[in-house]
Amino acid sequence: MIWATVLIGSISAFALKFAGFVIPERFLTTTTMRRVTLLIPVSLLAGLLVVQTFSSGSTLVIDARVVGLGAATVSLALRAPLLVAVLSAAASAALVRYLGWLP
Amino acid sequence: MTALTPERRRRIIIDAIGIGAATGAYAISFGAISVAAGLSVLQTQALSSLMFTGASQFAMVGVLGAGGGAVTAIAIATLLGSRNALYALHMSTVLRPRGWRRLAAAQLTIDESTGMAIGHQDDPPSSRLAFWSTGVAVFVLWNLGTLVGALGADVLGNPARFGLDAAIPAAFLALLWPRLVSRLTRTVAVLSAAVALILTPLLPSGTPVLVAGAIAVTIGVLLSRGAQETEEFGQKAVGS
Repeated sequence: MIWATVLIGSISAFALKFAGFVIPERFLTTTTMRRVTLLIPVSLLAGLLVVQTFSSGSTLVIDARVVGLGAATVSLALRAPLLVAVLSAAASAALVRYLGWLP
Repeated sequence: MTALTPERRRRIIIDAIGIGAATGAYAISFGAISVAAGLSVLQTQALSSLMFTGASQFAMVGVLGAGGGAVTAIAIATLLGSRNALYALHMSTVLRPRGWRRLAAAQLTIDESTGMAIGHQDDPPSSRLAFWSTGVAVFVLWNLGTLVGALGADVLGNPARFGLDAAIPAAFLALLWPRLVSRLTRTVAVLSAAVALILTPLLPSGTPVLVAGAIAVTIGVLLSRGAQETEEFGQKAVGS
């Protein structure tokens, strides 16, 4: 099942990239279409971000991931590169779990 | 800037390798997160070489790891990849590729390669070199980084102990950050986050994000109607 998901997802991703090279420009260049395409990543990333921080299955929870997200926010505000933000999130979450402060 | 002098050529290639190295380092975290989410090393590697668009890859393993369904995972990953179609549209006018080059160009069309090409759009040969060199550098190092991270996580085991579950939202935040450049994008982000949280206890895993996306993007487009177009490809090249 995971393989099917991986492959279908990959084919769709390639199809979108390839579409831009073969279809006539006017189909994608209306202002509304551009806005939609630029807002979709913003919206999905924001949704994924909070859901993957505050949920466990369909329950809302607060655990060590919140601390991790806080550390990532500080890193990014200080203009740290992506990898540093991700590492600081993992390290801080691991630390508060090790100390037993949050599950 | 002027035409493609040897000096400019060298600078473009050095920049491309630099961007490749940065995303390659980032790919280590993708590899680790993906294996922690339950994908095998080979499946993780398949995503990096076949899907090859970072945000979609993170989303797919994030949704699968959180117990979301295959259809939801594919839908979110595909929607996140839709911006690549817009990038490709721009690149097709710059590259005008034919035959196998068209397939290769399509696969290498991501944030970084398009961003670099636009950075050198004053001179078409420079722009083309920027696209190809960045695309190839990122592809090679992104896949190498993925392998290192996936093998590493395979050895470490127990993802929560190392905070890898906290790394996933951090990755989404890092990808989102450079896009929060206007009030419109910030409004849409906050709205999406709020709606997704409210819907989480009510809908199956993964779908709250999709529904929130549909609502927030619709409102965002309505809000921006009549406004000046300010954002084009304004996002900095970060994450693929």
